[in-house]
Amino acid sequence: MNAVTAIETKQALSNEPRKPVYLDYQATTPMDPRVLDAMMPYFIEKFGNPHSRNHTHGWEAEQAVEKARQQVAELIGADEREIVFTSGATESNNLAIAGVARFYKDRKNHIVTVATEHKCVLDTCRHLEQEGFEVTYLPVQQNGLIDLEALKQAITPKTVLVSVMAVNNEIGVVQPLREIGKICREKGAFFHTDAAQAFGKIPLDVNEMNIDLMSISGHKIYGPKGIGALFVRRKPRVRMIALIHGGGQERGFRSGTLPTPLCVGLGEAAAIAKREMAQEAERLAKLRDRFYESVKSRLPEVYLNGDLKSRIPGNLNLSFAYVEGEGLMMGIKDLSVSSGSACTSASLEPSYVLRALGVTEDLAHTSLRIGFGRFTTEDEVDYAADRIVEAVQKLRSMSPLWEMAQEGIDIKSIQWAAH
Amino acid sequence: MSAPVYLDYNATAPLKPAVIAAVSAALAETGNASSVHRFGRLARRTVECARERVAALVNAPAASIVFTSGGTEANNLAVGHARAEGRRVIVSAIEHESVLRAAPEAALAPVDANGVVDLGALERLLANAEPALVAVMLANNETGVIQPVAEIVRLARAHGALVHCDAAQAAGKIAVDVQALGADTLALSAHKLGGPQGLGALFVSDRIALRAQLVGGGQERGRRAGTENVAGIAGFGVAASLATADLAQMAEIARLRDAAEARLRNIAPGTVVFGANADRLPNTICVAMPGVAAETQVMALDLAGVAVSAGSACSSGKVKASHVLAAMDVPPALAGSAVRISAGWRSTAEDFDHFVEAWTALWARLGAPRVGSVAPAA
Repeated sequence: MNAVTAIETKQALSNEPRKPVYLDYQATTPMDPRVLDAMMPYFIEKFGNPHSRNHTHGWEAEQAVEKARQQVAELIGADEREIVFTSGATESNNLAIAGVARFYKDRKNHIVTVATEHKCVLDTCRHLEQEGFEVTYLPVQQNGLIDLEALKQAITPKTVLVSVMAVNNEIGVVQPLREIGKICREKGAFFHTDAAQAFGKIPLDVNEMNIDLMSISGHKIYGPKGIGALFVRRKPRVRMIALIHGGGQERGFRSGTLPTPLCVGLGEAAAIAKREMAQEAERLAKLRDRFYESVKSRLPEVYLNGDLKSRIPGNLNLSFAYVEGEGLMMGIKDLSVSSGSACTSASLEPSYVLRALGVTEDLAHTSLRIGFGRFTTEDEVDYAADRIVEAVQKLRSMSPLWEMAQEGIDIKSIQWAAH
Repeated sequence: MSAPVYLDYNATAPLKPAVIAAVSAALAETGNASSVHRFGRLARRTVECARERVAALVNAPAASIVFTSGGTEANNLAVGHARAEGRRVIVSAIEHESVLRAAPEAALAPVDANGVVDLGALERLLANAEPALVAVMLANNETGVIQPVAEIVRLARAHGALVHCDAAQAAGKIAVDVQALGADTLALSAHKLGGPQGLGALFVSDRIALRAQLVGGGQERGRRAGTENVAGIAGFGVAASLATADLAQMAEIARLRDAAEARLRNIAPGTVVFGANADRLPNTICVAMPGVAAETQVMALDLAGVAVSAGSACSSGKVKASHVLAAMDVPPALAGSAVRISAGWRSTAEDFDHFVEAWTALWARLGAPRVGSVAPAA
């Protein structure tokens, strides 16, 4: 039986086409059924407004919200009074950066961030530039990590805030948070970290790492979308101007009725992560390595973007030379992977993160972000590796550039004739 | 004790069963609506289907609906836009705090004793030549009094002003039609109409190029960044569709409400129902039991198994005088004895009966003048 017949037989047996394999855990994660179970009562019988002070429905909801706050705090070594619930990490990042900058604007007017930050950090900084703030966008090294010396030099007495993401959403690299925190503390600048991709995946401790503000997302850790949090240090106190004003909830940092079931979901997701993070990281690292080996051993000219060692276990970002990006995506239609971040994946621009690493435009165009997570199986990983290898081999077999490269012709040296 | 009677729908409403089904189904699906793969496209379809449903609730085109994290954010977004444009802001004195606090410098348009915006006073405020934004809610959260928004829009237009309308409390209780109202922006909240908490929307007319407040990622056509809360949005969509279908039920709620009010007045002749002479939402009673503190009433009612509230749920725990009743010139002592009863889709005649009985018992115990009792020396 040849391969095609085998697949057809398998499909006929299962009586339906294989479901696409989800390998986009940095875009969003499936809900953990345990999280969903914890949330459901708050959609059904415990529907109260947590800010209702006059009756049992309200108290019940408030209690649930406060337990969730505690669960979030515990995962990062914070006090529960330092946790502000938001609608997600985008709001947390907007609030942290704009809120702090605007509060201290009479004394300090400079922000340091990094070229590879999430769009919502960069966009907030650009808006602040229009308001008169100065922003330094630090470059990254080829491995995606910042140069600590460059950071030291960038911080001035006018620097109010340093915002460096904990884990990059495209390439998964972990920035040296402890060292950054130390530098910021010494220089008297607040340290904000966008931990949307890190919270629940790597150990974080706001005190050991001298983190003053930390953005947290629910749906990246098997919790619901529409909920996030911002850690805001109380000692020494960090002050902010709120973005959303009104009923004065969340100690005035963020008004609006708290969505009880979503808070409960984030709390439960954090509690599960606290218990299972270590084993899960080990399992994911094995899956990731298995996938990477499987691809690398069969395909030459595959490039890993971003440092391998300082990286979360559930992420790979690979560029495949001599194939064309869209063709590759078409060839692996039953794999749900991404060619960049979800926010920008609809655009055909090459990833600004990869460009910041110095990846050439050609290679940036043929990159895939492959995300592994809690529900990824060995079988899925093997299947995905096979499909990618097949697709790349097929595309290369049709590529004259690949043929020339195989013949030892240096493509860059060719003088193309104008037509 | 029987199951508690919930009469605090203006704080939050229980989710309708079909909404719970839609939310839990969507929660079980994976997918970021911005992802281009199949999971992402399915999430996108869910979001856009819900957008059409929410748009239909207020008779708006789907593209004019921006999803937010709730009514508070929607109000902030609209008011913030106008301020960023350099407009001066005029708000009614009875607006929700999410409007008042979003423009602390705003001029306050007074209301009359019935809680209705004074159009003459508003016109005088508009007479100033600078471009303005007028923010007026469609229905008040504490009294349920409905505001003459269409007339306010006509006045505002004559002075080149924009109008923002907070319809968080009105939607689902009365028909809301952005075309008929003419407002430039209109805020909605999902959990006030049987949808999930954590979701709202801002209708933005195509006359407005809205400035985003949350930036980065480009979601909601650049008007509101952040990964879409797909499940919440799905629930909002279903709740919006059901709200339109269930509007007829509100006539029955109004009948029960009116009967309950009549009984309260009958039991305690000194009872004051605020806004009773104005157009009101069919579900809301704001009533004072003279001489008995609101806090005492709500606690006693809670013990009797009836959940109502003293004012709005938002204020951070502190009991303070209602700015709404103060704006209606209600004396502080009377305002301090006002509670809000608000019904909704699951409320029954028995719920109202239970409330009236508990209220009557309380009145007999604390409020009613004692025959033969001697007034304590002052």
